[in-house]
Amino acid sequence: MEQCKYTAADFKSDQEVKWCPGCGDHAILNSVQRAMAEVAGKDGIPHEKFAVISGIGCSSRFPYYVKTYGFHGIHGRANAIATGVKTANPDLSVWVATGDGDSLAIGGNHFIHAVRRNVNLNVVLFNNEIYGLTKGQYSPTTKLGKITKTSPFGTIEQPFKPGELVLGARGTFFARSVDAEVALTAECLVAAAEHKGMAVTEVLQNCVIFNDKTHAPYAGDKATRAEHTIVLRHGEKMLFGANKEKGLVFDGEDLHVVTVGVDATLDEVLVHDAHAKNPVIHFLLAGMQYPDYPVALGVIRDVEAPSYESEVARQVAEVQATAKIKCVDDLLRSGEVWEVK
Amino acid sequence: MDKQTKELNDVVIRFSGDSGDGMQLTGTLFSDTSALFGNGISTFPDYPAEIRAPQGTVSGVSGFQVHFGSRRMITPGDYCDVLVAMNPAALKANAKWLKKDATIILDGDTFDATHIAKAGFKTENPIEELGLSDYNIVMPDITSMTRDALEGMGLDNKSVVKCKNMFALGICFYLYNRPLEHTFQYIQTKFGKKNPAVAEANVRAVKAGYNYAANTHLFANTYDVKPSSFEKGLYRSINGNQATAWGFIAASEKSGRPLFCGSYPITPATVILEELAKRKDLGVKTVQAEDEIAGICTSIGAAFAGNFAVTTTSGPGLSLKSEAMGLAVMAELPLVVVDVQRGGPSTGLPTKTEQSDLSQALYGRNGECPMVVIAASSPSDCFHYAFWAGKIAMEHMTPVVLLTDGFIANGSEPWHIPSMKDYPTITPPIVPANETGEPFMPYRRNEKSMARGWAIPGTKGLEHRIGGLEKDSLKGSVSHDPANHQKMVDSRAEKVARVVDYIPEQEVIGDAEGDLLVVGWGGTKGHLLSAVEQLRDEGKKVSLCHFNYINPLPRNVADILGRYRKIVVCELNKGQFASYLRSHFQQFEFLQYNKTQGLPFTVRELKEHFESLLN
Repeated sequence: MEQCKYTAADFKSDQEVKWCPGCGDHAILNSVQRAMAEVAGKDGIPHEKFAVISGIGCSSRFPYYVKTYGFHGIHGRANAIATGVKTANPDLSVWVATGDGDSLAIGGNHFIHAVRRNVNLNVVLFNNEIYGLTKGQYSPTTKLGKITKTSPFGTIEQPFKPGELVLGARGTFFARSVDAEVALTAECLVAAAEHKGMAVTEVLQNCVIFNDKTHAPYAGDKATRAEHTIVLRHGEKMLFGANKEKGLVFDGEDLHVVTVGVDATLDEVLVHDAHAKNPVIHFLLAGMQYPDYPVALGVIRDVEAPSYESEVARQVAEVQATAKIKCVDDLLRSGEVWEVK
Repeated sequence: MDKQTKELNDVVIRFSGDSGDGMQLTGTLFSDTSALFGNGISTFPDYPAEIRAPQGTVSGVSGFQVHFGSRRMITPGDYCDVLVAMNPAALKANAKWLKKDATIILDGDTFDATHIAKAGFKTENPIEELGLSDYNIVMPDITSMTRDALEGMGLDNKSVVKCKNMFALGICFYLYNRPLEHTFQYIQTKFGKKNPAVAEANVRAVKAGYNYAANTHLFANTYDVKPSSFEKGLYRSINGNQATAWGFIAASEKSGRPLFCGSYPITPATVILEELAKRKDLGVKTVQAEDEIAGICTSIGAAFAGNFAVTTTSGPGLSLKSEAMGLAVMAELPLVVVDVQRGGPSTGLPTKTEQSDLSQALYGRNGECPMVVIAASSPSDCFHYAFWAGKIAMEHMTPVVLLTDGFIANGSEPWHIPSMKDYPTITPPIVPANETGEPFMPYRRNEKSMARGWAIPGTKGLEHRIGGLEKDSLKGSVSHDPANHQKMVDSRAEKVARVVDYIPEQEVIGDAEGDLLVVGWGGTKGHLLSAVEQLRDEGKKVSLCHFNYINPLPRNVADILGRYRKIVVCELNKGQFASYLRSHFQQFEFLQYNKTQGLPFTVRELKEHFESLLN
């Protein structure tokens, strides 16, 4: 394995970052650069083997700010472009920066199919529940009833939950973080990069201009986050609250919030199994909503399955091992041919 | 009556029946047999868009026309010498394609009241109703005789009836003294292992048809069509889609870049994806994407990652790919987009041919968005132009549209197999690793070709960002500078224009000057050439200027156009190439001859029109 020692600074490009002051994207950029340096060291990936692909939207300006190979695509198509990059060259560490409009509206089809195929991509899904770059129209994740420029009387559409979509498309990895939690986001992204397959990390991101504080009730500050979010780690008890006094139990039908020692014993509190093949608990965790439940953060699902590009390469290798046709001249002369003398 | 054998130069047979009757296979076996025998062949499959349209109706008729002869065949023939019609609907659908003295072979079993009514005849006598009484009609009971021939084999009725196309094929083989071995081999390969009884039944049906025709003196004569005097060498039969796929593989081999195809199935282009999917032995990677857009976008990603990337589609799919084609233009990545044209607009006529996507290929994108456009003109030259599309795309760092059409994509002809040593090497401008520490300039251009370098991810020191936003003319970073935008728009246009220095000059078939210049492009070449040759044989001063390189046009076009009294541009559309030529060469008058029936030109109609222009 190559020695690849980098710091986050090695992944900073010379481009001026043009997101609004206070935008959650700045923090996510820090997390990604930090995660890349860590992944490079862990897996021996040299700097030139990183590629960041994006679509269109505020978050999709991302590739310009990361000093790697980068491709700023067209609206919705990041996952399709990235599928091509990774399939063509599986040696690359391919990251996708995309948003709730880019991947869940115009690019919804590419998103679910990349998940279904289990292409080994590291997708960072910036979810600010709004269209920012077009100045404030509702998105597929905007909360029901929200007043925006294109829903002056409130939205009448049920929003997607990205985690449910990923699991519904038989995804193998889903994590969630909050923009301000730079270390947690980096932790999720490192786990995502280690995952062999399509890894989706949803980052709850604040758009200060058009949807300020949309995540504030559960993710606004550290104290709120302690009470209204739960950080899941594989093998650990599902506990939350300032003093970890609350936990999650499962009654065979649904999850319930309990106060440990009052409603349930510590033994009864669930232990998080991110590797469980059965996605039912993961689905319930991903779907937990404020105020009834804490919002789940951390790696919710991480199961092994063959990745698309490795299966493509395997088939090619298997066929080539016994192939009679080795070059184009062989091909042109294969099958039925005749000679004119 | 003794059998007499007459010699013919060329023959057109049209096999037709229900779309479940196996007419495509019957026709293919006849044409392959003739090709192996050494004849020139040209084929035209003509089938409905539905997989199994209602049985016995005219809309469900599937046809396959083969033209074979003792020289190279350049069209599948306008009208047929022999029509095989397996039911009244097939006769009705194809009666208009009969030559005056044609032979019609019908399955007598199907000419009952039910079938006749289903086909929409008003009377009980379709032959009279269609005015075919004077034709040479043979009407054996093909279904019953097939059943008799297979009696005792223990096959169910459905399997037995399925063999009736082989009985009809046997009759045609007898009529034209064709060897049967190829068909037997094919049947063995296809059914032999899985289902020996079905293989045996098919073989028996072919023999039964052959023997029946021989024993009953069904025809007054049989015919010989001598092998043609092809150039020495190895040959195979090839259709346009297969040739396109193989041309891409050849370009991949000659460039050393792995081949990647992201695509979505669409008629009539799907076979290219199918052919490429088979070629894992040559390292080809295919992604059957979730839609047309993902097809091209995966290919753009693969091109960015350093593969020779192609995507395949037909008209409506090209519309869906437009935005991404613009991205490829902006990112200046090599990419070949194949459009196998079909009748449009919208879903149009999916299984029928047309040349109506030319304007879309040239102009169908937002912004100033020039691309190289190339068109292939016969089934086998799809190989050549697919190769050249790849060479130009990679060496000039530009997307290229390769236009073929349903007619040449599905049609087949014998092909003198080339040797790859006769094809040029492809040298894409791959940027070597940068160890200098100097910043890399992704949009620095080659002075001669204007192509930027191909800096492939994974290469040390070349980290850079590209994308759909306007780029700084050197650094590739986002630039909204007005002067820079002007410069980049001009550079992208100039890069495509300079491809003219790398393509051959336009050729003219016939005299370098004269009364009439026939102009065409793409898949109409065989028909235009036949009509022009016939007129030239009659001493008329007619020449053919048939285009393959459309954008940019070869540099000597104006010089050619100025030497003829009249110019007529012939296309299977409303005049898209004519308009394009007018915009380039305002000094000339371009007459038009256009057709949009979902069908190729006929040589007869072309010749008549050219004659009218000469008078």
